[in-house]
Amino acid sequence: MAFSLLVMKLAEGLLVAMAIFALTLLFSLPLGLLVAFGRMSKNFLLRNLIKFYISIMRGTPLVLQLMLVYFGPYYLFRIPLGHGYRFIATIIGFSLNYAAYFAEIYRGGILSMPVGQYEAAQVLGYNKTQTFVRIIFPQVVRRILPAVTNEVITLVKDTSLAFAISVGEMFTTAKAIAAAQSNMLPFVVAGVFYYICNIVVAFAMEAVEKRLSYYQ
Amino acid sequence: MKILEIKNLKKSFDSLEVLRDVSLEVNEGQVVAVIGPSGSGKSTLLRCATFLETIDSGELVYLGEKAATTGPEGKAVYAHPANLRRIRRYVGLVFQNFNLFPHFSVIKNVTDALITVQKKDREEALAIGRELLAKMGLSDKEHAYPYQLSGGQQQRVSIARALALRPKILFFDEPTSALDPELTGEILKVIRQLAAEKMTMVIVTHEMGFARDVADHVIFLNEGVIVEEGPPAAVLDNPQNERTKAFLNRFEH
Repeated sequence: MAFSLLVMKLAEGLLVAMAIFALTLLFSLPLGLLVAFGRMSKNFLLRNLIKFYISIMRGTPLVLQLMLVYFGPYYLFRIPLGHGYRFIATIIGFSLNYAAYFAEIYRGGILSMPVGQYEAAQVLGYNKTQTFVRIIFPQVVRRILPAVTNEVITLVKDTSLAFAISVGEMFTTAKAIAAAQSNMLPFVVAGVFYYICNIVVAFAMEAVEKRLSYYQ
Repeated sequence: MKILEIKNLKKSFDSLEVLRDVSLEVNEGQVVAVIGPSGSGKSTLLRCATFLETIDSGELVYLGEKAATTGPEGKAVYAHPANLRRIRRYVGLVFQNFNLFPHFSVIKNVTDALITVQKKDREEALAIGRELLAKMGLSDKEHAYPYQLSGGQQQRVSIARALALRPKILFFDEPTSALDPELTGEILKVIRQLAAEKMTMVIVTHEMGFARDVADHVIFLNEGVIVEEGPPAAVLDNPQNERTKAFLNRFEH
């Protein structure tokens, strides 16, 4: 296979990987905040349910979770699944998993806020929602940004786990070509692609961090 | 006119009785200084009055409106939330460590509650904010962020922030304790100016100079009870109670 064709094929896979990446962030970042609220809820049942969810998500391999989401509906309920479900299952699996990690990051950020900020807002008459949206959350975002960057970079590499359920992302493609041609060049090229993606991600996150550091 | 009436206020944390049967009144335009040793309950009294703590029993009345009363079971019952929200608007608080919002500029710190809570339009809020900043001598700091200011300037911003909501009574929780001694003067000056404008204020303080200078009523709190109160000249210069004497003696050297 010509080198340019190899790059083309892998670039196609990269697009799928980027779609997994973007959709996972789109769903898991807000979901993570909801999970964090549940984790901090005063309701005993909800709090412990969420605690259990987080512990499962963090305590078992993401590959295994992807398999369960993909095969589960058929094995458990005999629901026939179309080919398109592979990709949907990937997004569901990734979002549920990353939401758990993001939830703990949010929680850490929220708990690190000094109580004086809440008290000042309360005395000024802000209600709970206004306090969170205007006073607390913007400060939390800045505090958690380095930890979020870590997760986002991990996510770029984790997209390769979708190969487990044969989603045609870059790593799946690289593996197929490498096996067919007994050549490790596809892996090298894929590795370069992942690395370039993460340089871009790190650069972007640093820019965001800089933008948010207008105060101390 | 009575701005604040506290009757038989009691507050415990677990088994620790912090306030036992405190009653006091603050009239319009009056400046009350609350003094007393650490752990005497001064801050708790102020936090109860500003709704940051809930009282166990007793009565809390602002402008004749009952924020909390003792119910039939002897426990404090707070007013209906809608009423309580309205009563809370009478109250302003200046914190010891300012608690400014670090991500907001100075002008936003002062105007955000006007816009977000009181739903005033931006222009009106800005006008109020700018006028207050001018009064605090901070007109040139409008666009600065709190971290760029000295402690004294931050405290003046926080006073402006509290005043923007036009409270009927303004509480100060040791407003100079977090400041270098040379900066207490600028805060004292602001409070003196507010006193001249007949702002009703309650100031918890360690600064005897403060109490003597601006207060027209001094309350000495010890172990959760008011042991002595009266005009500053009487309480500070001619205390009757042994505990007051002992406490004030420590400040004379």
